[in-house]
Amino acid sequence: MRAFFFSLIVGGVLLAGSMAEAVFVDERLADPAEETRAREISEGIRCLVCQNQSIMDSNADLARDLRGVVRERVAAGDTDDQVRDYLVVRYGDWVLLNPPFKMKTALLWVGPAVIFLLGGLAAIAFLRRRSSAGGGEAVQRLSPEEQEELDRLLRDGKEDDRG
Amino acid sequence: MRLGFLAPVLTFAVIAALMLYALFFLNPKEIPSELVSKPAPEFQLEPVPGYGPGLGTSDLKQGKVVLLNVFASWCVACLAEHPLLVKLKQQGVVDIYGLNYKDKPDAAAKWLTRHGTAYTRTGMDLKGRVGIDFGVYGVPETFIIDGEGRILDKIIGPITEHDLETRILPRVSGENG
Repeated sequence: MRAFFFSLIVGGVLLAGSMAEAVFVDERLADPAEETRAREISEGIRCLVCQNQSIMDSNADLARDLRGVVRERVAAGDTDDQVRDYLVVRYGDWVLLNPPFKMKTALLWVGPAVIFLLGGLAAIAFLRRRSSAGGGEAVQRLSPEEQEELDRLLRDGKEDDRG
Repeated sequence: MRLGFLAPVLTFAVIAALMLYALFFLNPKEIPSELVSKPAPEFQLEPVPGYGPGLGTSDLKQGKVVLLNVFASWCVACLAEHPLLVKLKQQGVVDIYGLNYKDKPDAAAKWLTRHGTAYTRTGMDLKGRVGIDFGVYGVPETFIIDGEGRILDKIIGPITEHDLETRILPRVSGENG
């Protein structure tokens, strides 16, 4: 019974996988190497309609057209960068899921690291201040009266236990 | 006075303000056109049957500001802005050229007959390739083009009264006056 369910699940996963592959098989270049390249490029191109999907994942009309453009450029002998530039000229850097590093995008790339550094520095400063404050109190000696009181309490406590 | 406790509160306030600004004042669906201040791409298209002699890049160089309106009969938002375009045409405010995007010829012709035409010329971009050259990613879009055929601006989505007053009319009158 268990084996049955197991095979059912495995079969389902395999089926889902093959279905995901099969969505766009009607579009395909004759040369498998070119087709692979076209797909790799397409995976890095943003679908402008459903913004956080690549054109490879999207079934929007425009995504299909753009996949066609990518295949056409690859078949025409463009390099990967030339294909990307072809789209960037028309749609801007925005069309690339992996935006290039330039002045305009510097904040985007450097921002998280800067925030992480600032946060780290703040955390270090905070922890240091706290540990030095705590340490200071611990090291502070008891006054003679306090020491005497403490001794008495410890001694009397013991005597009470005995008695 | 110890105000150190305010640091996280302030940090939160700044982030919240940024997010509220982005939420209410930025539109993530508006991707600014890469073609602004560049010449309109080269193209030459057949007309929607019965609506003019076709449309090409040279037709956009009129020595005055013109509009290139991307439309389709299947596009609901186009219907919303269409009366405004027809009115602009009737009042002779600005010449409007129609780029019929990924439509069927007879459907486009029927649509124009039914809703009236605002276009001096029309061109049918059956496969959407001219649209891609123009960086079109949705319909309607309207390009504002200067006398030498350079793209001045692109309005994404239906033209609003606000777009008309702030983006179209100043450029049209600036060129004429």
